[in-house]
Amino acid sequence: MSSLEQMYQQVILDHAKRPHGRGLVEAPGDHRSGESHQVNPTCGDEITLRVDVDGSTVAGVSWEGQGCSISQASASVMTELVTGHDLTDVARLDAVFHDLMSSRGKGLDDDDALDALGDASAFTGVSQYPARIKCALLGWAALKDSLARSGALAG
Amino acid sequence: MTTTDTVRPAGTPGSHDPGTLGAAELAAVRADFPLLGRTVRGGRPLVYLDSAATSQKPNVVLEAEVDFYEQRNAAVHRGAHQLAEEATEAFEDARAAVAGFVGADTDEIVWTPGATAALNLVAYAFSNATAGRGGAAAERFRLAPGDEIVVTEAEHHANLVPWQELCARTGAVLRWFGVDDEGRIDLADADRVITDRTRVVAFGHVSNVTGAVAPVAELVAAARRVGALTVLDACQSVPHLPVDLHALGVDFAAFSAHKMLGPTGVGALYGRRELLEAMPPVTTGGSMVEVVTMAETTYAPPPQRFEAGTQMVAQAVGMGVAAQWLGELGMDRVARHERELAAELVRIGEIPGVRIVGPADAHDRLAVVSFVVDGVHAHDVGQVLDDRGIAVRVGHHCAQPLHRRFGVAATARASASVYTTAEEIAAFREALAGVRAFFGVD
Repeated sequence: MSSLEQMYQQVILDHAKRPHGRGLVEAPGDHRSGESHQVNPTCGDEITLRVDVDGSTVAGVSWEGQGCSISQASASVMTELVTGHDLTDVARLDAVFHDLMSSRGKGLDDDDALDALGDASAFTGVSQYPARIKCALLGWAALKDSLARSGALAG
Repeated sequence: MTTTDTVRPAGTPGSHDPGTLGAAELAAVRADFPLLGRTVRGGRPLVYLDSAATSQKPNVVLEAEVDFYEQRNAAVHRGAHQLAEEATEAFEDARAAVAGFVGADTDEIVWTPGATAALNLVAYAFSNATAGRGGAAAERFRLAPGDEIVVTEAEHHANLVPWQELCARTGAVLRWFGVDDEGRIDLADADRVITDRTRVVAFGHVSNVTGAVAPVAELVAAARRVGALTVLDACQSVPHLPVDLHALGVDFAAFSAHKMLGPTGVGALYGRRELLEAMPPVTTGGSMVEVVTMAETTYAPPPQRFEAGTQMVAQAVGMGVAAQWLGELGMDRVARHERELAAELVRIGEIPGVRIVGPADAHDRLAVVSFVVDGVHAHDVGQVLDDRGIAVRVGHHCAQPLHRRFGVAATARASASVYTTAEEIAAFREALAGVRAFFGVD
């Protein structure tokens, strides 16, 4: 597989074409909710993401955005991955995904950690391209910020 | 090198055919650029179509910098030793070379770190004058609340943000020309945009996004009618066209070395002599003074008044050599060669799903072409091209308002320079034609 094909794996192209979580959704009144707008100033890609937290669980992620296939697919994969997970798990997944993006195409030695990422492990190929890592991280940055804004992290 | 050519945009035929670069000559030109010989992405030959962002450098420029450091390096305009004399001579010879290249007098060229710094220098000079600096001579740079500064929707951020900031500091009002569907400056409502309150009209000679050549004569005439000063962002014209700033009649102009085969870190501000003489300094410190007491300072005449601190001497020498190198090749012939390349570039409009943002033909435009591919984001377009060894720019190219005008967040941009070949553009077209299939878009 060429480097280009490693980056644009079918699972990424599929998510980019039919993204999950697109379309902002209001959280139920008894849940915590936070919203974040993130921009990649080098290319103008942007995302507005809203998180819905029920107690210590991410009950839902929804977003609107425009950008390249990597940023759109990454936000979509992330939405699927974190929904229904405990905040502690989400923080761990965020850390593992950042580690993967810093791996310069090598991936992770920790197979369990990579397995936990599910479809997000398909972004290994992206980490070979320094200019594209920010694209893959845009949604994750919005998630982290919206969680902080929701007040859920403070307990 | 000539100082008498009038500006002849690429789309305008001259009175005689100036000739273009033949295949053998183009091959010789390319052989002068070491970087063009390298491979990228697994051994593919490099096809460099990002010269509007920054150009590659010929050996003579690289060697001029090395030679300066190996043989002449010393502080300029101070010291009486032989090296100081030789360094100063090289520095000032470079100024003369750059001035001659753009049809200016030598003392009308101020070294700056680049065009962005040059444009900011002018904006801050207005600011300082408005704050009362510069005495009676600086009256024409003083702005009052309600005075107007005019730009265009096609500007690079470097020729927009400094004017926004100047307005914020002074109470002046920013107004602008819109652009038509081809990205050309729309002069239809010139009388509404340029008014009796207009003090500055700042615009790009050639758009770094659309490649469109601005109607310089019309804008200069409109500015003069109301007594406004003109500021030309000449970054994308000086490397590609014969430019004669005196003939254009602009009051100020800015351009960068790194886009015209020279080093990074140096550029030039052109200002008409009487204006530079009347303009208060911006960056202050060593080398730009006459008499300094503990209480106050008097300033050197231009251009030194605007060159505080140790200058980028080796880079300036490199810029001078780049100007000479282009001048010897002949800017008429460079422009002709690049006009042929522009005609090859706009043929991407024939590829299904590809839409050019800017003029669709090669008339009155240079060889810089931005485009979108239906269903594929510019970043993804650039990535597929990069995989074929083809380097293009993706993003908003520091012109967000122009992209907003066309309803897109980002475009891909292919741009040529003197060393670009028609074969490279054919390879680019072929690779571009395969992009939609790669992403399964039809």
